[in-house]
Amino acid sequence: MRALDEFTKGFWESNPLLKLVLGMCPTLAVTTSAENGVAMGLAATFVLVCSNVLISALRKIIPRKVRIPCFIVVIASFVTIVDLVMHAFFIDLYRSLGLFIPLIVVNCIILGRAEAFASRNTVGYSFLDGLGMGLGFTVTLIVLGTIRELIGNGTVFGLAVMGASYQKFLIMILPPGAFITLGLLLGLMNKIEISRK
Amino acid sequence: MDSVPKMVAVLTLVCCAAALALSQVYNVTKQPIENAEKNEQLKAIKAVLPPYDNDPLKEVDKHKYEKVQYEFYVGKKADKTVGRAFKVQSDAGYGGAIVIMLGIAPDGKITGLYILKHSETPGLGAKIVEKGFLGQFVGKSLANSKVSVKKDGGDIDQITGATISPRAVCLAVRQGLVAHKAIYQKEKS
Repeated sequence: MRALDEFTKGFWESNPLLKLVLGMCPTLAVTTSAENGVAMGLAATFVLVCSNVLISALRKIIPRKVRIPCFIVVIASFVTIVDLVMHAFFIDLYRSLGLFIPLIVVNCIILGRAEAFASRNTVGYSFLDGLGMGLGFTVTLIVLGTIRELIGNGTVFGLAVMGASYQKFLIMILPPGAFITLGLLLGLMNKIEISRK
Repeated sequence: MDSVPKMVAVLTLVCCAAALALSQVYNVTKQPIENAEKNEQLKAIKAVLPPYDNDPLKEVDKHKYEKVQYEFYVGKKADKTVGRAFKVQSDAGYGGAIVIMLGIAPDGKITGLYILKHSETPGLGAKIVEKGFLGQFVGKSLANSKVSVKKDGGDIDQITGATISPRAVCLAVRQGLVAHKAIYQKEKS
């Protein structure tokens, strides 16, 4: 069924991070802990779903020549809404994600899906595409965040897992650790794909 | 199909709709944002002052010392001042500015420290937020301590492999102690 395919493709075949390789910057910066990964993922998913639905609804009205400015205004508005709501009700997460909340505007996944899918498909399918891509993004962020937090800090979602005498591999929660973990995940993904064929 | 009037019209409409939606969300979140920020402040003040029964955010003492504007949040118990909490800042942190909430009792002794903002390296300089490090400052005053790291001849234990961050904290705290003494020294016993 097409609807199910449009939703599930974001988790594996068209995983935005590991297959489409989009949205790398916030991923590397924000996956210092599993909790941050969840927060960023859900914030981006909300923006992605809302912008996909609205842009799809307006796709016949927006002239092609000014479509990018229109998309950006829509996306930036939803990101500002997320920013204000997080500041008001989730201030601890707002502080730890910091600059990367407004940077969701330039997260390539969102503009990418608007251009490649939402502007050419119905509202229903665009909603599923946005939801699948967003949740696929979130799941990958959680995996990355958990690995880095576990090895770099001995905790998962703040709960001590490795015990008090664990020697923390600090590099994992610093930028080099981000690149290394992401690279290994990408390699693993490709290896699985090749062995399936 | 893409005539200039149509492009202008659609762009204008989209921007107006966005502005309208955003102004509504702004209005709805304005008060909650203020409350959330106030609670953050209160959390820091509570962490650095001894038990009090008033609302320090309502009893603010503003003073200027050496070109710096200070706002002292006064904590009182049974109408007697038990301590004053105020923000101090050092730009000498490894990653930039470190903002600290400092609590000082009327006799000039430190009652507590709380790191409000920092950009120090995780696992190294970022350890300045830990109770083990911050607890060292409690009870110290200009009269009984040099408030500097052991490397500089003082009595504060620095963090292994990260001296710059504790040094910046000491700098900010010293400045705070000096300012507090200059402004309130009449009250010192």
